[in-house]
Amino acid sequence: MTPAIELIHIDKRFGAVHANKDVSLSIGQGSIHGIIGENGAGKSTLMSILFGFYAADSGEIKVRGKPIKIKSSSDAIAHGIGMVHQHFMLVDPFTVLENVVLGVEGGALIGPALTKARSELKRLAEEYEMDVEPDAIVGELPVGLQQRVEILKALYKGAEVLILDEPTGVLTPDEADHLFRILGTLRDQGKTVILITHKLREIMAITDHVSVMRRGEVVANLETKNTSVGELAEAMVGRSVLLHVEKSKASPGDVVLEVKNVTWRDRKNIARVDDVSFTVRRGEIVGIAGVSGNGQSELLDCIAGITTPSTGDIIFEGKSIGHLGDPRHLRQEGLAHVPEDRQHRGLITAFDASESAILGWQFEDELGKGFRLNRDLVIANCKKEMQDFDVRPSDPLLRSGKFSGGNQQKIILAREMSSNPDLLIVGQPTRGVDIGAIEFIHKRLIALRDQGKAILLVSVELDEIRSLSDRIIVMFAGRIMGERDANATERDIGLLMAGVQKDAA
Amino acid sequence: MSQRGDLPTWVDVGLIPLLNLLLALAAASVVFLLINENPIECLGIMIKGAVGSLKGWSYLLYYATNFIFTGLCVAVAFHAGLFNIGGEGQAYFAGLGAAIVGLNLEFLPWPIVIPLSIIASVLFGAFWGLVPGYLQAKRGSHIVITTIMFNFIASSLMVYLINYWFRPIGKMAVESREVTGAYILSFREIARQFFDYKYPASPLNLTVFLAFFVAWAVWYFLWRTKLGYEIRAVGLNQDAAVYAGIKPQRIIMIAMAVSGGLAGLVAVNEVLGAQHRLLLEYVQGAGFVGIAVALMGRNHPIGIVLAAMLFGLLYQGGTELSFAKQHINRDMVVVIQGLIILFMGALENAFRPYLTALFFKADD
Amino acid sequence: MLDIFLSAETLSSTIRMSVPLIFACLAGLWSERSGIVDIGLEGKMLAAAFTAAAAGAYFQSPWIALLLAIGVSILFSLVHGYASINQRGNQVVSGVAINMLAAGLAVVLGNEWFKEGGRTPPLPPEAQFPIFHMPGFDAVQSIPLVGPYINILSGHSVLVYLAFLLVPLTAWALAKTRFGLRLRAVGENPHAVDTAGISVAKLRYQAVIIAGILCGFAGTYLSVALQGSFVRDMSAGRGFMALAALIFANWRAWPSMWACLLFGYLQAVGLRMQGFKIGDVEIPVQFINMLPYVMTVVLLAGFIGKSIPPRASGIPYTKDR
Repeated sequence: MTPAIELIHIDKRFGAVHANKDVSLSIGQGSIHGIIGENGAGKSTLMSILFGFYAADSGEIKVRGKPIKIKSSSDAIAHGIGMVHQHFMLVDPFTVLENVVLGVEGGALIGPALTKARSELKRLAEEYEMDVEPDAIVGELPVGLQQRVEILKALYKGAEVLILDEPTGVLTPDEADHLFRILGTLRDQGKTVILITHKLREIMAITDHVSVMRRGEVVANLETKNTSVGELAEAMVGRSVLLHVEKSKASPGDVVLEVKNVTWRDRKNIARVDDVSFTVRRGEIVGIAGVSGNGQSELLDCIAGITTPSTGDIIFEGKSIGHLGDPRHLRQEGLAHVPEDRQHRGLITAFDASESAILGWQFEDELGKGFRLNRDLVIANCKKEMQDFDVRPSDPLLRSGKFSGGNQQKIILAREMSSNPDLLIVGQPTRGVDIGAIEFIHKRLIALRDQGKAILLVSVELDEIRSLSDRIIVMFAGRIMGERDANATERDIGLLMAGVQKDAA
Repeated sequence: MSQRGDLPTWVDVGLIPLLNLLLALAAASVVFLLINENPIECLGIMIKGAVGSLKGWSYLLYYATNFIFTGLCVAVAFHAGLFNIGGEGQAYFAGLGAAIVGLNLEFLPWPIVIPLSIIASVLFGAFWGLVPGYLQAKRGSHIVITTIMFNFIASSLMVYLINYWFRPIGKMAVESREVTGAYILSFREIARQFFDYKYPASPLNLTVFLAFFVAWAVWYFLWRTKLGYEIRAVGLNQDAAVYAGIKPQRIIMIAMAVSGGLAGLVAVNEVLGAQHRLLLEYVQGAGFVGIAVALMGRNHPIGIVLAAMLFGLLYQGGTELSFAKQHINRDMVVVIQGLIILFMGALENAFRPYLTALFFKADD
Repeated sequence: MLDIFLSAETLSSTIRMSVPLIFACLAGLWSERSGIVDIGLEGKMLAAAFTAAAAGAYFQSPWIALLLAIGVSILFSLVHGYASINQRGNQVVSGVAINMLAAGLAVVLGNEWFKEGGRTPPLPPEAQFPIFHMPGFDAVQSIPLVGPYINILSGHSVLVYLAFLLVPLTAWALAKTRFGLRLRAVGENPHAVDTAGISVAKLRYQAVIIAGILCGFAGTYLSVALQGSFVRDMSAGRGFMALAALIFANWRAWPSMWACLLFGYLQAVGLRMQGFKIGDVEIPVQFINMLPYVMTVVLLAGFIGKSIPPRASGIPYTKDR
């Protein structure tokens, strides 16, 4: 049978980033094909090319064996390709019907299209178990139903191939199950489904085939029934250069941080962090493992005082800090924070390095008395930190945005560590950082631990977690799935990350 | 994802603004041609009229004084990520503070009453900026719309106050009585009193020194104080600012108050310095010129001082031009101003893609 | 006292004063519903007013005047469109520039062409728009008490009736046509429009051109029909008042009309209020004048009701999110 979609030698660069490297992929008709990979592996870019949102630099696309040119989304739609984006492409104040007919009104007046869509939606609802009130305002629907509207939109436009980009990220487990049932029905009716995800469980649950992407390349094409979670996890992460950090056994002291039953709900009242409790002691590194988007970021924000937990409390050095929401006060109390998002939070790219090197500590008297900010002291401070952490180029006046990722990260780490904190919370310390800098950063973190400081580490890099942590906590869907010691196997943690408890596996 | 290659700094702050300015002047030339005038000749008259005599220079600096204040007003708000179009209203409302103190505390010696009326001007201007700032920070109303509305509210309110409160009984002109004790000396008067020199008639007064000092102070505030640092952090990246423990709402209110206070200093130059009384609509668009000045000066005090002087030249030169050429109207200056805002503001990136392509090609 | 607030003259004047506001407000509505913030209504209106007055004086025809005014207004719209859509420039800055440019150019060119310091010569009756009399309304006039009130609906310039016709037309076009649907969508979520295979830029250009046309009507009415000539700054903040009305109306057509009528009424009352007293206390007209702006600020602050602009307004569209 001719494949529904063939992508042949697709290549795409964004400036310096090589998002897709010579990707070739074939997707069988009437199947559910999973594409799995870590964040930034190039999955979304590849699918955006297929959907005409970006143009590939080179390569060819065939639909049902015929080579076609896709210059815009309307070309893709015309060839029967539909896409459900990670961020829904819905007009919130519109009704379901209005959203569905947008782009396919069929005439200058929308009345007839609305009538047609109403009966068509009814038919689709019966066929695929997808009930939605056609006159409901989309913005007022729960996320699961909004997603259903997205699927209906694509089907209404005659999609034979349906691409779903991380569809379960915003869904509750129940909603996700329902979605999978719908996708199964779609396949049984002969539609082709492409599922982009970084969640292993979903791949195992519903796909027929799976392609694994890593750093812009397809590294494996497998039949789902012939593979295992372990094999996929390995392919996803890759046998990367095994980072080994020399470290002695930890000798944990008093409890510095205690997180007690913390729950954090987002604006839609979904618990992103769900009843999380753990402690961090002096002289140990506690690692939080988990695929990104499972509540780690929100947890970090709660602890750092950027947001406050909905319920539960956080005890730092014996004092309740859960409801302060004041990062500045916490810094003064000895809590330093290296944020996950270096570019958008950790520094201000338009500031020069010396200014970014005091971000969060600008109030300190060592940088100028009273209201003043002494430029000489600011520069001297930066010079010292740059020397300490071997930042290159060691130019305090260079714009922060012009440093490489590794050096930006060193500037941030230097800033946070030089305050001699009792607790350092670190998010993704080596994301997008070159190997040399990774080693350096790891060594410094261990050294800080050996000085008797407490460190809470969040990383999606399993290797990093395993080589640095003294204890490992695994988060999944906002909850703690389990705690392991430093000797836990990759497979063991990988399963927890995929949301599988050991006894169930 | 940032795809834009970084251009060298000199291109960014030098070449691009220069090209944009030339484009604006080219467009202005078309307008001159439209009214059958030689743009080069007119430009010559304007420059000569502004810098060819002591009187010209005096007027240039007098206008520049107002424009420095309003340019700084726009710039401070801009550094906090806010677009304050309300400089006009803030400056106008500040006249109230200058007049209330200047007219009512005249029994005090001048070294006391003058600083007091300057402070009052700043406070009244600051208040008229703080309210929109508060509404933006705490109630989420858009600062652009609110400051526009506040310009109109100030305009009506001031007409009422000047007419009903400040106008001496029996006087026809809608203006306050003269400030006799608390006015700021003009250059002409200083020359006459202290040097027995006949300085040409002009409204230039000592406030011009205040303007240069304030420009320095704003630079110091933004780049040498912790609060200034926090303002810039909020303007550049609110997420990072929140991470750094800065409260954007507080910063927005402070920045708008400072911004309004700076606009308020226009009242010092006008009410206390040039007019010695509170006049209707005395700001005469200086608040809007501030937008052009800030855009051109790239929101840096040095750039603002230079741009303000350029606009001073434009205003004084425009007046001279309208004397020299009967059919050219002073509003020509407003046209040029509009073109500068258009080309240096809204279309500021027009050349960028070409230059980037040029530089990247050169790199390969 | 009732004379000022409720006389037939005041109400008739209300209609006339609200017409430029309605045109401009609908112009803003089309532009902003597509996601392009338009601070330049004032400038476009002024440019159109000048063009219409100048062309009217030259050609002695209101229709040529109207056509040219619309043309000039569209030209300004396109500048704004180019800056906002292609260049992704700051829409507020562009609007400010357009306001200045229009205000300056009108006076400079007016002075050059007519030598009256920026005024244009008064238009003779031939250059006026025809007056429309509602059939049968002459008879109504004589009905005691209510006659004059009913009669205020008759005897206005044809542009007045056009303005009020445009309100239901706009409401209908936005709600019922393909263009309206897409336009509303692009103002809320341009990504949704783009992924549906519709050009965001084209839609937005169409919207700013419509705004240009409507501002052309607004300006022409102002100079030709309302005043009979152009004087400097004659739009006198009406563009901003229209913007206020738009906010008040929550970016909807019918409420826009009511808001403009309200603001027009306040203007009409203001014109008649000089020296108005309650007992011995004179009520200053300035408080009436500032009322629209104060009400808008209060509304925006969320103290009464809530006004929510189209979500994507003012944000340049780029594919990256």
